[in-house]
Amino acid sequence: MGATLAVARRELTGYFATPVAYVFIVIFLVLSGAITFTLGGFFARNQADLQPFFNFVPWLFLFLVPAITMRLWAEERRLGTIELLLTLPIAQWQAVLGKFLAAWAFCAIALALTFPLWITVNVLGDPDNGVILTGYGGCLLVAGAYLAVGAALSALTKNQVIAFVLAVAVCFVFAAAGSPVVTEFLSQRIPALAEVARQFSVTERFAGFQRGVIALRDLVFFASFIAFWLFANAVAVDHRKAD
Amino acid sequence: MQCPHANVNPAPDGGVTQGDRAVPALIEIERLTKRFGSFTAVDDVSFTVDRGEVVGFLGPNGAGKSTTMKMLAGFVTPSAGTARVCGHDVTDEPVAVKRCLGYLPEGAPTYPEMTVAGFLGFVARVRGYRGGEARDRVARAMRLTALEGVRLQPIETLSKGFKRRVGLAQALLHDPPALVMDEPTDGLDPNQKHEVRELIRSMAPEKAIVISTHILEEVAAVCTRAVIIARGRVVVDATPRALEAPGMTLDEVFRELTLGPGGAREPELAATEAA
Repeated sequence: MGATLAVARRELTGYFATPVAYVFIVIFLVLSGAITFTLGGFFARNQADLQPFFNFVPWLFLFLVPAITMRLWAEERRLGTIELLLTLPIAQWQAVLGKFLAAWAFCAIALALTFPLWITVNVLGDPDNGVILTGYGGCLLVAGAYLAVGAALSALTKNQVIAFVLAVAVCFVFAAAGSPVVTEFLSQRIPALAEVARQFSVTERFAGFQRGVIALRDLVFFASFIAFWLFANAVAVDHRKAD
Repeated sequence: MQCPHANVNPAPDGGVTQGDRAVPALIEIERLTKRFGSFTAVDDVSFTVDRGEVVGFLGPNGAGKSTTMKMLAGFVTPSAGTARVCGHDVTDEPVAVKRCLGYLPEGAPTYPEMTVAGFLGFVARVRGYRGGEARDRVARAMRLTALEGVRLQPIETLSKGFKRRVGLAQALLHDPPALVMDEPTDGLDPNQKHEVRELIRSMAPEKAIVISTHILEEVAAVCTRAVIIARGRVVVDATPRALEAPGMTLDEVFRELTLGPGGAREPELAATEAA
C-alpha cells in the first residue's frame, strides 16, 4: 500500500508541477458554471437544487477526463520512465492503482472547487443537501469510470492524441448507451440489446445518484466497471511495456 | 525493505572465489533468450557475476546488450532461459529481484518536472523507506553522486551529466548488492566519466556490477571481466587483459570479434558464431 500511495502522490504532485492542473480546473469551473446558468436555466427553473449542474457534468467529463488520462501512461512511455517505474520493487497492479487514485483525487479536487454553486443555492433557497451530496458522489463515480477507461487506453500508445481520441470515443459509447436516441433505435430493431445498453450506460446509472438514490446495484456497477478497466490497464501495461 | 542478502559478505576478503558453489553468484544468467517475432535479439546468453566483480558488457549497437539488461531488471520477459539476482528468479519473484537490484536504464530516464530531492524521495518511498531513514538514504545517494548543489532544481533544467547522475543516485539509493547499469557514462564529459568510473571502482569490492558500454578504454579502466556479445550471442567472456592480443589494440580486437563470422579468437572461452 505504501508503494501505491507513493506512486499516487508523485503523480498528483506532477499535475500541479505543470500547467495541466490549473488549465483543467479553470476550464472545468468556467464551463460548468456557464452551462449551469445558461443551458441549465439555473434561475429560470426557480428551484433550489443543483440539477442543472449535475445534468451536464457527465458530458463535460466526457471531454475533460480523457485530457487527464491521456498522459498517464503515454507520457511514461514517451519519456522512457516506464522502464524506471516498472523496475522499482512494486507489482504492476500497484503502479496502475496508484496512477488511477491520483487522477481520481485530482477529479475530486476539481469537483470540490465547484462549491460556490452549492453556497449560491443555499443562500438563495433551501435545497435538500443530501441529494446534492449523493449527486456529487455520483459525479465522482462517473469520473472514476471514465478515468479507468482512459487510463487503460493510454497504456496502449505512446501518442497522447491517440490516447485522448480513443478515450473520448469509448467513454461516449458508455455515456450515450442510455440516451433515448440509442435506446429507441435499439428497441425498434434489436429489442434485446436496448435493455443491455441501458444497463451499461454510465449516465443512466448516474441518474439515480442525481435524484438522491444510492442503489447497491449502481455501486456494484461502478465498482466492477472500474475494476474491469483497471485490470485491462494492467494487462495492457504488462503486454506492451517494452514496446 | 532491504534485500536479505544486502549485508551478507560471504568472504572476508570481499570476493568470492570462482567455482565456490556454496554461495551462488549474485547475478546468474542462464541460457537467456529473447525473440521479437522472428528476430532473436538475445540468443542463449549465459554468464554469472560474483560479488567483487565488475563485468563490462560489450557489443555493437543492436547486439542485445540493453535487452539482456532489461530482462535482468525484470522489464522485459525472457522468451526462454532465466536469470537470478541474489538467488531470486526474474520471472517468478520479480519484486524480490527489483529489491536487490539497482538498475540504471539506458538514457537514465527521470521525471523532468520533479526536483532532484523530490525524485529521489519518491524512489525512497516506493522502496519502502520512511521518515528519517528515507532522508538519510536520499542524502547519502546525493553525496555519492555529488548532487547536493542542485537538490532543489527541477531535473529538466539540469545538464546531461547531472541528469545521468540523478539516474545513478536512484540506482544506488538502496545500496543494492547487485548493480546493472546501461551505459552509465554515455554523454558525459571526460571529467564526469572519470568520476563515475571512480564511483564504480569504489563500490566494486562489495557488489556485483554489470555495466554496458561501447567505450573500450572504460573496460580496461574499471572492469574485471569483459563479456562481448554480437548478434545476440556471447562471443567472448574473458578478462580485459586476456583480450588484448600482442600488437593489437582493444579496438581492433573488438572489431575482429564482432564483425567477422567465426571471429572468436579464443576458442576455449568463446561460443563460436554460427557461420
